[in-house]
This record gives sequence, C-alpha cells and structure tokens, in this order.
Amino acid sequence: MTLLELFSVFFKIGLFTFGGGYAMLPLIRQEALSRGWMDEQTLVRFIGVCESTPGPIAVNMATFVGSTQAGLAGAACATLGVVLPALLVMLLIAAALKGFRENTLVRSAMSGIRPVVAGMILAAGLWTAVRCLLLQAGEGGVTLRPDMRQVGIALALCAGGLIWRRGLKKPFSPVLLILFSAVCGIVAYGF
Amino acid sequence: MRRCRRLLELFGVFFKIGLFTFGGGYAMISLIGHEIGERRRWISPDELTEVFAIAESTPGPIAVNCATYVGYRREGVAGGVWATLGVVMPSFIIIYAISLFFERFMALSVVANAFRGIQVAVAFLILRAGLRLAVRLPRRGFELGVCVAAALLVLAIDALGWRFSTVWLILCGGVAGLLFRRGAKGEGGGWR
Repeated sequence: MTLLELFSVFFKIGLFTFGGGYAMLPLIRQEALSRGWMDEQTLVRFIGVCESTPGPIAVNMATFVGSTQAGLAGAACATLGVVLPALLVMLLIAAALKGFRENTLVRSAMSGIRPVVAGMILAAGLWTAVRCLLLQAGEGGVTLRPDMRQVGIALALCAGGLIWRRGLKKPFSPVLLILFSAVCGIVAYGF
Repeated sequence: MRRCRRLLELFGVFFKIGLFTFGGGYAMISLIGHEIGERRRWISPDELTEVFAIAESTPGPIAVNCATYVGYRREGVAGGVWATLGVVMPSFIIIYAISLFFERFMALSVVANAFRGIQVAVAFLILRAGLRLAVRLPRRGFELGVCVAAALLVLAIDALGWRFSTVWLILCGGVAGLLFRRGAKGEGGGWR
C-alpha cells in the first residue's frame, strides 16, 4: 500500500511540476507533511542536501522521501513515479516535433521563444551569482555583504579557466569546473 | 549490436550529465550544451535551444525532459528510456546512500565546504549558458528587446518574490514571435 501511495503521490507531483524543481518544492512539502511522512525540520534540511547534491531536485526529493518511508523499494517507486510523466510527455512531444519544426508558424513562434529562454537563463545566472557572492543569510534575514571567500573562489575559477584555455587550447569543461570549485571550497573554508 | 552500443553510449553520456548536475536544471544546460551540442553534435544549436524551451514548459525536471528528447532523437523510444535512466541513476544511488547516513553525512565539514565552492561554479555555469544563448541570437531589435525584457522580468519576479511560472513567459515569447516575426526562417540563435 505504501509503495503504491508513494508512486501515485510522486506521479502527481511529476505531472504538475512545470519549469524545474523549485516549482515542485511547495507541492512535495504539502504532501509529505500532510501524510506525516516527515517533520518540517527534516524536510528543510533535506532540501538543502538536494540542492547541493547532483541530479534534478525533484528526483532527489523523491528518492529520499521514498527511502525513509519504505527503503530501497520505496525509493525506486517514488523515483519512477516522479520521472514517468516527464518521460511519457517528452516522448510524445519528440515524436510530434519531428515534422513540426519545419512548420512556418512554429518557426515564427520559436523565434520569439529563443530570446525568452536566453533572457531567463541569463537572469537566473545573475541572481544565483548575486545570492552566493553578495547576500548572506543569517540571523535577522538576508543582508547585503560580500562573502570574500566566495569572491576569492570565483576569481580562482576565472583564473583557472583562462590558464586552462591558454595552455591547452581547449575550453574548461563544466565537469572540470565543478571538481575544481569543490577543491577551492575545501581549501577556502577548511583553513 | 551497433544499436546496443549506441544505447549504452546514450546511457553513459546522460549518466555523466546526471552526476555533475548540481543546483537544478539551469546549471545542467551548460553541461548538456557541452556534451550534446559541442562535443558530439547530436543536435543542432537551434534545436537545442528549442529543447530547453520545451523542457521548461512541460511537466517534470528539465534534466529528465532533455534526456528523454535527445534519447528519442537518437534511438527512438528505447533511446529516450535509456537516456532518462542514465540521467536519473546517479542521483538515485547517491541520495539513497545519503538517506541511510543522513545525520552523519551532514556533520562532515569537508562535504559542506566543497559544496560552498560548488555553489560558485553553479552560478558561473548558468551565466555561461545564458551568455552563449544570448550571443547567438540574431542582432535585431526584436530578439534583443525580447531577451532583455525576459531577463528583467525574471529578475523582478525573483526579487519581489512573486509566484509566476516561467511557462507564461515562454508562451508570451511564442505569441510575440507569431505576431512580429511572421515567415521567419530557421536562422541564428542557439547554443555555442
């Protein structure tokens, strides 16, 4: 029963989550709290972990909630539930889009959509950068104060990227950037 | 045999993408662009931007949507399923392991410090993805205006804490394109 419930709750969450994981957090919170799956404190702490571990936040939350409720099988059911709607919808769209992209109406719509996507991602990047370099969450809310160590890490990443590009004539790949930044974090905050 | 290898390759590439996606879907756009668009050229720059728009406006995590789409384009339904499995598997394994040792994991200061560094890289990756998409847009008033307007709107939404789904922004962009860019050809725009 629990397995079926986990699957169906997360299927619903996966079906009604548009535009990435953050939109889904309120939904998961409500379901998990009202069903007594966990308390508020555990949930908040785990959201932090999900944001900082690899993978889509929705999948991470599903795996975690499922695992705490019904072990490995629960984790598998919840994860399958959250992924299945996206899989089915995308398969349909990908199949439909094949000839669709040649359509002139679709083309003109896409020429308006592409700049929106670029603008949205730019804004998300700016916001993330400001939040992690300049804003400090502490007691009494958020204050505007640069975190010098984060700024230092940012400079180190830029310098590292430049040297890499000059030296090896290859772009600094995202994977390398993440590994390098993890080392920088350990050095900057560890000593 | 050949098909088997291509399915395994899909699984492997998306496993890697899933493994190095921190902080939600936007950071992953950089990674997908790098692996799928630049290194392997599985999908053209134009189509990749469209995939991001579709992923953003359909239900489900963006990473999963992209994986399913790219997998399907390569190898049909089986490709979609394998790519999706690949992108989900790393988080499943890692989170399941963490959930077993949750308290002890959180207490590790090395882990916490590494994640503070990774935060900076995530911001950097998202900015880079946005810049690359913006630079490739056709240099015309319409595209630049829409791009800047979308960026300002998203910043305002974040700063003021409004609840406003980005799906509506994408829809508005589509309508604006239909109204002002009739008969546009598949030119410019896209990844790189």
